Amino acid sequence: MIPQEICDALKAKFPDVIKETKIEGVFDPYVKVAPEKVKDIAQFLRDDDTLAFDSLMCLSGIDYTGGKFGVVYHLHSIKWNHKITLKVEATLENMHCQSVESIWKTANWHEREAFDMYGIIFDGHTDLRRILMPYDWEGHPLRKDYKVPEYYNGMKVPY
Amino acid sequence: MGLLDQKFENSNVIVTSMDSLLNWARLSSMWGMQFGLACCAIEMMATGASHYDTDRFGIFFRGTPRQSDVMIVAGTVTLKMASRIKTLYDQMSEPRYVLSMGSCANCGGPYWEHGYHVLKGVDRIIPVDVYVPGCPPRPEALIEGLMKLQEKIRSESLAKKKSA
Repeated sequence: MIPQEICDALKAKFPDVIKETKIEGVFDPYVKVAPEKVKDIAQFLRDDDTLAFDSLMCLSGIDYTGGKFGVVYHLHSIKWNHKITLKVEATLENMHCQSVESIWKTANWHEREAFDMYGIIFDGHTDLRRILMPYDWEGHPLRKDYKVPEYYNGMKVPY
Repeated sequence: MGLLDQKFENSNVIVTSMDSLLNWARLSSMWGMQFGLACCAIEMMATGASHYDTDRFGIFFRGTPRQSDVMIVAGTVTLKMASRIKTLYDQMSEPRYVLSMGSCANCGGPYWEHGYHVLKGVDRIIPVDVYVPGCPPRPEALIEGLMKLQEKIRSESLAKKKSA
């Protein structure tokens, strides 16, 4: 399937939750969806026989600055060898997003990383702990407004 | 007995000082703490392996701090790892030495400015005897550092210090 057909299939199945699609002029054609519907969409993308997105290649968190955040899902179908990108937006007031861990197991660690680095909360995740930073770390380091702490457990952090 | 082979006129008698003998024994068997933290560990492994072969100096790696004399801090010390390093150092029996290998362990290396997660030098938590610069240092540089440490051990004395 070409990206346009994938977008059309999604629009036909979920007419209300597709916010935006962009296919021309971008390296990875993407579909912007509502954060509270990600799981349904992911389930459909994986289980539909003509789509069969059996591989979540990458799940990333993004800080767009100005209190706007995002999650990006890069999907690939090994069966059909086609790709699509899903995008979800979050804001500082509402950092929640549905977890897709139950659909692609690999999302478990990816979501933990996005939580660790950006503070995006994935609802339905079975074990949403920090994955890279120590458990008692304060703040989310990859946020653009992040300030490095002076001390951590009595150790001076800045040079 | 390579070094001593056929060197004695009178059989089985050596005259030396206690310091020289014990220091010679200690510097000829500097057992290293076996752990690597980042890419420096690859160079450390290369130094220990057959091509550079630190075994010829009596330096080989032990899997536990309780059997180690030298801790080679090879790589980036993250804040998460720092407390573990401190614990491992505390578990080593004295006399113990620390060799800081590579720019990261010396001063934070490339992470000195933006490394929110990196300890800017392992000497902030444990005392360091020898610093080996490099990113990562070549095995020759690490061996040079180990030789420096041997010099340091050679100059030490077990004699009780006379009070002034």
